Amino acid sequence: MAGGDMFRRVLGKTLGFLGYTVQYGCIAHCAFEYIGEFVACSGPSMEPTITSHDVVFSERLSRHLCRIEKGDIVIAKSPFDPHMNICKRVIGLEGDKICTSGPSDVFKTHQYVPKGHVWLEGDNLRNSTDSRSYGPVPYALIRGRVCLKLWPPHNFGALNQSPTGRIVKRSD
Amino acid sequence: MAQAGAGRRYVRAFVSGFFVAVPVTVTVLDRFAYVARVEGASMQPSLNPEGNVTGSDVVLLNRWSVRNYQVRRGDIVSVLSPKNPQQKIIKRVIALEGDFIKTLGYKNRYLKVPDGHFWIEGDHHGHSLDSNSFGPVSLGLVHGRASHIIWPPNRWQRIEPSIPPERMPLLNWHADATEDEEKD
Repeated sequence: MAGGDMFRRVLGKTLGFLGYTVQYGCIAHCAFEYIGEFVACSGPSMEPTITSHDVVFSERLSRHLCRIEKGDIVIAKSPFDPHMNICKRVIGLEGDKICTSGPSDVFKTHQYVPKGHVWLEGDNLRNSTDSRSYGPVPYALIRGRVCLKLWPPHNFGALNQSPTGRIVKRSD
Repeated sequence: MAQAGAGRRYVRAFVSGFFVAVPVTVTVLDRFAYVARVEGASMQPSLNPEGNVTGSDVVLLNRWSVRNYQVRRGDIVSVLSPKNPQQKIIKRVIALEGDFIKTLGYKNRYLKVPDGHFWIEGDHHGHSLDSNSFGPVSLGLVHGRASHIIWPPNRWQRIEPSIPPERMPLLNWHADATEDEEKD
């Protein structure tokens, strides 16, 4: 019957199309989850390294292999709103001693980064809410490490070192 | 010659099957459902009631239901441990953001759970590394909701959310809002 044949052909093509969609959707998920993703940044907290409306590439391998290091710029889920992401620099890892008092304070206060956490600060210290206000951030909230700036084109390439001098020296 | 041709065909079928099976499996495990063996005694008697003697419980973790970080009080959830990012811990949700609770051994006797955080406890108090040791946990760390026990077969059951009455939150800042959010 002609009607039955056509129905079977359309069904076959639809299922084939769905199969390809599922397969490529899964490959895309694996790429974004395990290789890297593109992130559009907004806000002034990482100036001058990253300005608002820059697009960067954040790679996921370092986070999954637990190889994030001091001085890396990371994208992390905000501790106070899991739907929002924050982009900050890692200043200290677990066990490091962070100086939490300002440069103008007389009495210096220190804090140790607990196990399983990191201390994040923006490069624009004057205009950044970071670990100095909300404390150390669990390592597992980190999504990826920013490794390449993609937009604007005249600033394409790797990102600069920290301009703030706040990164904790190795304590042996 | 015929055997070499057949061998090549099998290799090609295997490789193309591999490239379909691995991404699909990984995506299902990341986005939909995850299976995990429960270790330890911190959730007795709900999970692992006889310890590791007769074999640990295996639970099905629903990852799709927590994709928007919506958990309910009383759910058993798996969470990435704040103390060790490579370990997942499985505990019960006692309180959500805005709740005012009495803690069991935390540095503060009473506590309001901050925004974007929740409070988890093991059912076996005293044998549990939970919010009473490390404080409120950020919602971004939630991994999955334990919906069913699937092994051993004599313990097949759906896990229902329930809070022990003595651990209910004392006060609810967002009482009206959470009534509307109690959907499946």
